[in-house]
Amino acid sequence: MIYDVAIIGAGVIGSLTARELSRFKLKTALLEAANDVAMGATKANSGIVHAGFDAVPGTLKAKFNVKGASMMADYCKQLSVPYKNNGSLVVAFSEEEKETLDELYNRGIANGVEELRIIDREELVSLEPNISDEAVAALVAPTAGIVCPYELTIAAAENAVSNGVQFIRNCRVTAIRFKEGVFSLETAQGMIEAKYVVNAAGVHSDEIAKMVGDNSFDIIPRAGEYFILDKSVGNLVSHTIFQCPSKLGKGVLVTGTVDGNLLIGPTASDIEDKDNKATTLAGLNDVKKLASKSCKNVSARNAITSFTGVRARATTDDFIIGPIESNAQFINAAGIESPGLSSAPAIAVYLAHIICEALGEVEVNESFNGVRRDVFRFRHATDEEKAAAIEKDPAYGRIVCRCETITEGEIIDAIRAPAGARDVDGVKRRTRAGMGRCQGGFCGSKVVEILARELGKDINEITKFGNGSVILFDKTK
Amino acid sequence: MINYDLVVVGGGPAGMAAALKAKEEGVRKIIILERAETLGGILEQCIHTGFGLHYFGEELSGPEYAEKFIVQVNNAEIDVKCDTMVLAISEDNIVTAVNKNDGLIKIQAKAIVLAMGCRERPRGALEMAGTRASGIMTAGTAQKYVNLDGYMPGKKVVILGSGDIGLIMARRMTLEGAEVKVVCEIMPYSGGLTRNIVQCLDDFGIPLRLSTTVIETHGKERLEGVTIAKVDERLQPIPGTEEYIECDTLMLSVGLIPENELTKNVGIALDRVTNGAVVDEMRQTDHKGVFACGNVLHVHDLVDYVTLESQLAGKGAAEYILGKAPESVVYVSPETGNGVRYIVPQKINIKNPNDVKLYFRVGKIYKNAKVVLECDGKVLSSKKKVKLAPGEMEDVTVTADVLASMNENSKITVRVEE
Repeated sequence: MIYDVAIIGAGVIGSLTARELSRFKLKTALLEAANDVAMGATKANSGIVHAGFDAVPGTLKAKFNVKGASMMADYCKQLSVPYKNNGSLVVAFSEEEKETLDELYNRGIANGVEELRIIDREELVSLEPNISDEAVAALVAPTAGIVCPYELTIAAAENAVSNGVQFIRNCRVTAIRFKEGVFSLETAQGMIEAKYVVNAAGVHSDEIAKMVGDNSFDIIPRAGEYFILDKSVGNLVSHTIFQCPSKLGKGVLVTGTVDGNLLIGPTASDIEDKDNKATTLAGLNDVKKLASKSCKNVSARNAITSFTGVRARATTDDFIIGPIESNAQFINAAGIESPGLSSAPAIAVYLAHIICEALGEVEVNESFNGVRRDVFRFRHATDEEKAAAIEKDPAYGRIVCRCETITEGEIIDAIRAPAGARDVDGVKRRTRAGMGRCQGGFCGSKVVEILARELGKDINEITKFGNGSVILFDKTK
Repeated sequence: MINYDLVVVGGGPAGMAAALKAKEEGVRKIIILERAETLGGILEQCIHTGFGLHYFGEELSGPEYAEKFIVQVNNAEIDVKCDTMVLAISEDNIVTAVNKNDGLIKIQAKAIVLAMGCRERPRGALEMAGTRASGIMTAGTAQKYVNLDGYMPGKKVVILGSGDIGLIMARRMTLEGAEVKVVCEIMPYSGGLTRNIVQCLDDFGIPLRLSTTVIETHGKERLEGVTIAKVDERLQPIPGTEEYIECDTLMLSVGLIPENELTKNVGIALDRVTNGAVVDEMRQTDHKGVFACGNVLHVHDLVDYVTLESQLAGKGAAEYILGKAPESVVYVSPETGNGVRYIVPQKINIKNPNDVKLYFRVGKIYKNAKVVLECDGKVLSSKKKVKLAPGEMEDVTVTADVLASMNENSKITVRVEE
């Protein structure tokens, strides 16, 4: 079979693009090197829907950010993904930084960001009582929000598969040939042929581009380290609190998450190895120090976990979106660093649009349903809803993860869903089982059992996140 | 809505002992709600021996210790619902729980005993850098895999933390053919029982490195090694002391945290040191009719003491339900003097007619020190101790006579004299 479109990379860009393409009668394959969607930069970032005042007017970042951010609320609603319009603040700590606020304000106006305004310390303190004593003023962006980046991606991939997209995991692309108008992709799952290729391979997108002779950019991986703090301090701030941006990015932020935790980070350090997601003592110390510059009472003592994300920053310093010079059928969606998440819905629509234009007469998929299946979340249900769910399926009456109150039924749903979970981390991202205070201490082994049962495997075949990340070895003596 | 005199949350050693005692004292309708499939709690995976020496005067394995209580619960008229999770407790003692068979259950209780136990401190709470490879787990999780599921969670093991579970697992993994390379302890002393250090490490030649911690994990998929380093007095890694150790498994035994989410949601006051509820001598919390005992109240080193404490809570709950509790209440809070980290109970009703045992832990190791109990400047007792260690719980008794002589302004203190 020759696919109309093969998307390389099931991160937020690849998965949302797959969903957009499923609106049309196209044969689309979504190829992912890892064992699950959202395993690269999508998995580990700030989860911010930026208002759009950062990017320099005229850049692709500016163009897609404001548009994407305005689509996000509806997008999340259709996909049953939590989204919160919490607004953001860029805080100035000196008179010089106040000038930066003016600059950002003007950029925002040029980019079409609405409702921006600059407030003085007094108003800032009334909005955020825990703001640092050093804060002097802030730029308020009421249109900014927060979303869970991997939940959004999981939902989009699931919806794409429901609408006919083929999702192929563990499918690293190792070589690409182009002959008679068709690409042949050598992958870990064999040869895959497609008329169009979308390169959404994140930190590896430069390597994929080079496979078809596009040497126009490189990816300079830039690591960012974070702490997630316990829900007991999730309300320390109500807005997302930024510091004034520097050359290395938007600086360390303090924000609530849609799940009610507090997130602090990221650092920014260029690294050699694109797949190195290790945290460092120095980096984590920096996060603590820098976060406490913004807010009082931020204490890493409340940390429940830390993580590193790797940004796919391109040498061109902007998103790279569109066909390559030498081949109109190979389309890059590369260099998607911040504000990539905010831009994703708009980028996906744009990519689907240019592919359909190029293909000519593309029929609309009449059976497309953009609304994701109803995802039952026990912890958010009313008593009546809980009782009804258990009546329907007793597995919803069995709590597996006690910290987050996640039922066996929800875990089974996550595994059975289109593009569903295949490993422990996949279950965790889809259900939050293992994401609470005990970090899977109690439920981890139960999740392994459920995965084994559902997938028809032995429990020592279950991994943490695919490949060699095995959890158990042989049977005991 | 179902009605019960007493709802016991948790069917481990604490919950069972409390329920049995309450039954013995004459409480009629009792139910135990247990989240696991069976009664017994964490004892079910503790297949080593060493349980019961104090309470039964014989050395039992965890499951054997539990079994003695399970049989009694089954023979007493006590209702039990396993695989049942308590979701909430309301202001007026309505317990909401859920399970597969009954769906959502609401129970109006006259009294409640909280016996939810504790959880292990996870990695995130530690200052440990590195990758998120598989093969990093708490010692308790590893124990479950080996003892209940029958699978090996690793072949080359480093253990961080010398708490009892870590020590027990060092021996268990060795017996199963794994190589336990080292046990690292960030403190200058072990948090575990001396007998466990001897029987689980020394007897097998496993090195225990004090003032040493794991600072980094390596390996992208499965763990491939860890970097350990010595720490200074402020527990900060000392540059230049780093050492790489190849291993596929890192087990964490770095502390236990009482599981008080339900307790907090009811609004019950917690002790910042124990992370458990503030209770009186019958283990009643500041929420009337709600009692707490076992590891949810404070982490015990021996299950025998859990049983004794839980019997007090069961008795207290029975007295409360049957209207036999002392009518007049005058609380005095024992104070922690030199060297004492915490005392349970945090308050004593001096109108209570019985002796009261104060359980406490010290903050560091003492050799040839004295434990002094003082009331209003008068030394009531002074006991010589060859060794006092943070890993071993101590107790002193305040006699009924002393209590009777006290008034609401009396001050009672426990301290260590070097």
